[in-house]
Amino acid sequence: MIHSDHPDETLSGMENEIVLELPTDVRSIEHAVEYVMRRCNACARQGHRLHLNFRVGLTEALANAMLYGNGHDPSKRVRVEIVVANGEIKARVTDQGVGFDPAAVPDPTTPENLLNPGGRGLFLMRQLLDEVSFNDQGNQVTLVLRLDPGPSVLEGGAPA
Amino acid sequence: MSFQVSQSGGITLVEVEGQLIVGNRQELKQKVLEHLEGGERKFVIDFSDTGYIDSSGLGVLVSLSKKIREQGGELRLSSLNEDLRTLFELTKLDTLFRIADTKEEALEGF
Repeated sequence: MIHSDHPDETLSGMENEIVLELPTDVRSIEHAVEYVMRRCNACARQGHRLHLNFRVGLTEALANAMLYGNGHDPSKRVRVEIVVANGEIKARVTDQGVGFDPAAVPDPTTPENLLNPGGRGLFLMRQLLDEVSFNDQGNQVTLVLRLDPGPSVLEGGAPA
Repeated sequence: MSFQVSQSGGITLVEVEGQLIVGNRQELKQKVLEHLEGGERKFVIDFSDTGYIDSSGLGVLVSLSKKIREQGGELRLSSLNEDLRTLFELTKLDTLFRIADTKEEALEGF
């Protein structure tokens, strides 16, 4: 399920880049996110922002890629590239779908949308990560979390 | 994830263990809906042993709350840890649910 150059490497090894290829199976998400967190040295040192912000952002990106990007199609895959460099951790998640327009996703916190069951994944990514960007096609999202201490939503630093 | 369902004074208490996420949210939804269809109207979902709820899990809670309200009932939540509270506050779902600090508090006030 997971392809990696060093599948047995653990927290003791320095890890700057992790690449995973996942099947479109939402049950694989929890395991994949745990795997990334376990292998990323920087993750271990960053404490709460990584534990909550990065973990949630990555989980939501994988879920969106499988549910909406690949449309539950088990023959399609999701590629995850994690790079730790230049004081930030970057996660790029690419699906094999046709893409979407992120600007068209409504704000789930407005009164008219609060009772909608969906639409919170992208919102949470934007709230919890320092940068969230998409490629032109809309089938690849890049999440960035800066590793040096900085303003955090969780510390009340950014607007809602 | 697993969950325990118990009855107390006309209230259905569901205690969730593990993570409530996209891969398992339907199990919880189905279980609560079974009890709703069985005539129960007061529900408490307790998250004392829940590390994380993702946006799909939040969506299921919203969907269940809506269905229970349509039947004249109410869904209350209890025992959210700090991370879970943050997610509820960011998404403003803390305004949609009555959230108690403990399951005992949720049951007492129902």
